[in-house]
Amino acid sequence: MHIAEGFLPPAHAIAWGVASAPFVVHGVRSLTREVKEHPESTLLLGASGAFTFVLSALKIPSVTGSCSHPTGTGLGAILFRPPIMAVLGTITLLFQALLLAHGGLTTLGANVFSMAIIGPWAGYAVYKLLKRYEAPLMVAVFFGAFVADLSTYCVTSVQLALAFPDPGSGFLGALGKFGGIFAVTQIPLAVSEGLLTVLVMRLLVQSSKGELTRLGVLLQSKRQQPRTEKTATSEKPEAPEAPEKPEKSETGASA
Amino acid sequence: MNRNTKINILLVVIVVALAVLPLALGLGDHKDEPFTGADAQAETAITEIEPDYEPWFTPLYEPPSGEVESALFALQAAIGAGVLAYYFGLRRGRRQGAERARAQEAAPAGSATDAEDARARTEDTRSRTEQV
Repeated sequence: MHIAEGFLPPAHAIAWGVASAPFVVHGVRSLTREVKEHPESTLLLGASGAFTFVLSALKIPSVTGSCSHPTGTGLGAILFRPPIMAVLGTITLLFQALLLAHGGLTTLGANVFSMAIIGPWAGYAVYKLLKRYEAPLMVAVFFGAFVADLSTYCVTSVQLALAFPDPGSGFLGALGKFGGIFAVTQIPLAVSEGLLTVLVMRLLVQSSKGELTRLGVLLQSKRQQPRTEKTATSEKPEAPEAPEKPEKSETGASA
Repeated sequence: MNRNTKINILLVVIVVALAVLPLALGLGDHKDEPFTGADAQAETAITEIEPDYEPWFTPLYEPPSGEVESALFALQAAIGAGVLAYYFGLRRGRRQGAERARAQEAAPAGSATDAEDARARTEDTRSRTEQV
């Protein structure tokens, strides 16, 4: 989805930059607030950025006979909401533009718009929608990541079609052409990204229950409560009511 | 191997299969240059649509060769993988440490040094309180 350096006419490059800038600025604010209010989430923030770093470096063969890469933005969007991914995605794109000559500075705005803004928001919307209809967490995570990945490439196709409409068939003809290159290639990769995001989320559920509960990904766990109660009662069998009280107020506060 | 691990391994296997199958089935054979990057194909498509288009800006730094480029891509993946591994390793260590501390607290002072033993004992007390 990286539009190469100089491959968008100046007017388009500037327009996409202007469109992206407020999202990134807002994202930086959300990020600093998150780190200030919950310093313990810094590690998980780093892990979300790292996931994007890994996935967007892997160019994977696809059924169309060409290679493309996932974006990895769905995970962070689901965990920390999309604004924060606008920052983490931009950092990844900057790294690739400066060191790898992959993407570019003049096309950074357009690439940020597709990968760090629309992708996370679209994925997050699908995730939230599925959760509202009480889909299992991992199903919502899979489709959230799948859509975040695929929508990014659809946006890139639109951006290129807008800049380079086909002389014969116009915008739609060009959209078909770029869509055939990007979107179709991306479908199996989006499936892979969905599965990998589910894998990481499963590991997070095992390892970071408390954090996921705070972020609202997991509901106040039912399995954990009786366990703390049990240990508490086994330690102080003479006062079984005492440990129950703070637990109830905790549930009340977070509800 | 528990069910959790099996599901995780299955997920990895499917992802690997999705990447390998296009290669194994020769899905790129119809192309002159199979399995090129989609980004590069888009550049070609642009020059097809607008043959006169000249990129008006060039990258500030360009890796001098394909090898250097792939090294930098590997570096990017390695940084990401390293941070992820650090995160999960730290979590696992903290969880184990907390478990051990809990087990030591619950066990009588004499055998508190043997964490494994103590943990088994707390589990025992737990199940006993459950029965009560």
